Amino acid sequence: MPVAALLSITHRATGVFLTLGTVVLVYWLVAVARGPEAYAGLQETLGSWVGLICLFLWSFALFFHLCNGIRHLFWDAGYGFEMKTVDASAQAVLVATAILTAITWLLAFLYSGAQA
Amino acid sequence: MKLPRLEFRGLYIAGVYGRLRALRTKSPALHHWWWQRITAVVLVPLCLWFAASLITMVGAGHAAAAAWVGSLGVALLLVVFILALCYHAYLGVEVIMDDYVHIERVKAKGVLAVQVVLGLLAVVGVLAVSWVLVGLA
Repeated sequence: MPVAALLSITHRATGVFLTLGTVVLVYWLVAVARGPEAYAGLQETLGSWVGLICLFLWSFALFFHLCNGIRHLFWDAGYGFEMKTVDASAQAVLVATAILTAITWLLAFLYSGAQA
Repeated sequence: MKLPRLEFRGLYIAGVYGRLRALRTKSPALHHWWWQRITAVVLVPLCLWFAASLITMVGAGHAAAAAWVGSLGVALLLVVFILALCYHAYLGVEVIMDDYVHIERVKAKGVLAVQVVLGLLAVVGVLAVSWVLVGLA
């Protein structure tokens, strides 16, 4: 499958996966509203191995969908349809996603150490 | 440059003018097309802001999170974020259902279910933020 087609289906898949993530996002807000006990409980769940893997996948999905979404917005505005540009922007999306995900987890790791 | 013909849910929208004009029509499909893009543009900075803010709260407890959510500026941005996110997600899932679910009755029920769930999530999210903002957390 060409990279462009792979990115197209991944855009939809990450969109659906991120929609599931909105449930956790809203529950995070609810936990803040409920108080320290509920918040600590949620932190424990999200800090477990399963929780961390889910958070990692959500961060990756978010950055991919965001970067590829910007690519789609350029297409909507009428730019970037040349085959060469389509391939180059696909590569750029993948690189940007990797960098943003890496920076996120590096910073998260540093913050968890600083505040533990 | 010449704009390509754009198809959205069975309708052709030609050129920038056509797309802008589409915003003012009563066609729900064209409204959806535009709202998908408007919410996308709004969500780009809000997602980055939310992710960056969450990172700074890693390892910190409830007090830090409540202080953040409870400040007026943040609470207002969070409300916009939740509403844009839920609407964007709903429109996206609806387009996917349009493409893959071919039994009208099933599609209608699926779209309604997604509408109800994401609508409830938006309401609960906004209520939670308001709750923290007025100092009940």
